[in-house]
Amino acid sequence: MAKIKVVHYINQFFANIGGEEKADYPPELRKGEKVGPGMAFAAAFGDEAEIVGTIVCGDSYFNENMDKAKPQILEMVKELAPDVFVAGPAFNAGRYGVACATLAAAVQEQLGIPAITGMYEENPGADMFKDKVIIVATKNSAAGMRDAVKKMAPLVLKLGKGERIGASIEEGYLPGGPRVNFFEQKRGSERAVEMLLKKLAGESFVTEYPMPVFDRVEPNPAVKDLAHTKVALVTSGGIVPKGNPDHIESSSASHYGEYDITGVMDLTEATYETAHGGYDPVYANQDADRVLPVDVMRDLEKEGVIGSLYNKFFTTTGNGTAVASAKAFAKEIAGKLKNDGVGAVILTST
Amino acid sequence: MVKEIERAGIPVVHICTVTPISMTVGANRIVPAIAIPHPLGNPALDKDEEKALRRSIIEKALGALTTEVSGQTIFE
Repeated sequence: MAKIKVVHYINQFFANIGGEEKADYPPELRKGEKVGPGMAFAAAFGDEAEIVGTIVCGDSYFNENMDKAKPQILEMVKELAPDVFVAGPAFNAGRYGVACATLAAAVQEQLGIPAITGMYEENPGADMFKDKVIIVATKNSAAGMRDAVKKMAPLVLKLGKGERIGASIEEGYLPGGPRVNFFEQKRGSERAVEMLLKKLAGESFVTEYPMPVFDRVEPNPAVKDLAHTKVALVTSGGIVPKGNPDHIESSSASHYGEYDITGVMDLTEATYETAHGGYDPVYANQDADRVLPVDVMRDLEKEGVIGSLYNKFFTTTGNGTAVASAKAFAKEIAGKLKNDGVGAVILTST
Repeated sequence: MVKEIERAGIPVVHICTVTPISMTVGANRIVPAIAIPHPLGNPALDKDEEKALRRSIIEKALGALTTEVSGQTIFE
């Protein structure tokens, strides 16, 4: 039997081109090459499948130029006419995850080629596309590469051979909605009693019928009188006073910072910088107003467009930070803002 | 973070480049930014032009804060 032809998509980092400073790298097709994680996939495929080409694209390039990059990459995939398209895995890298999931879904839908990707369940790409394409659940960092390849490779082969894909719980992908039948070893009453006993004993158990989570918040009424409103700036872009005095982590932040900007009219290269490790810091370090617009807010304050700019800003790095942490930070931040009479918030993200 | 601030009862606007992520996460008032490493700036412009660009985004954001919305809205 002929080998299954696979095209692999990776970002600039896994292609060893560079980190954030190379995130604007445009799409590139490397015919006949396997690169980075492609090596591990090739080893796992054995004689059954081969990588016929690798497509590399910078994460920022893809996300900022999606309208251009997507058709360009689809064209590359089309040219190689693979049996299966594999993207990533992207772990908890947000922009990479969005790129992988967007492309996998597009290849499947527009080219009719089965596709698969892998990422951490909190990656925004997962929520956006898990109902459109198979997304294997991975750990949240590249340390989980081996495990990810072990789960993804057999699915690639199954897709290539047109074999049936089992239920998400059997195959390890994120549930996308469709139900797949399978035979359980134990009957329902037995499983239910086991769950109940675990629950009574205070142990953890896994429900077979998870309720959907719709975490939406109703929008607040609009600000009525901007000219008398205290407006605060909050950012997940990691802007901190020069030297990062509270040591906010460059990724997976464990805390946020709170800094007084009384009398600060402009953020300069000498006084502020970014602690964020998830984007090229050059521009924010030159002028942090590009992320946290204190200069313009001061102008608007002086002109009376807003009542005042709150005398503190709150900051953390959104890069790989757990949803639970971000939620806890913001809950605390919101409490402080309310206490200090802040009437509106501008939150900037990179 | 946007959602928690909204939940606390303070109107909030999210300025970000990858708006689909903001939609997925659940921000209600969203204003698109310029680019990931410089959401409110453009190093290719000279200082004054760049500041004017930043101001235009902030004005859009303030416009969003003073506009009633019934659900998630991107202010292009």
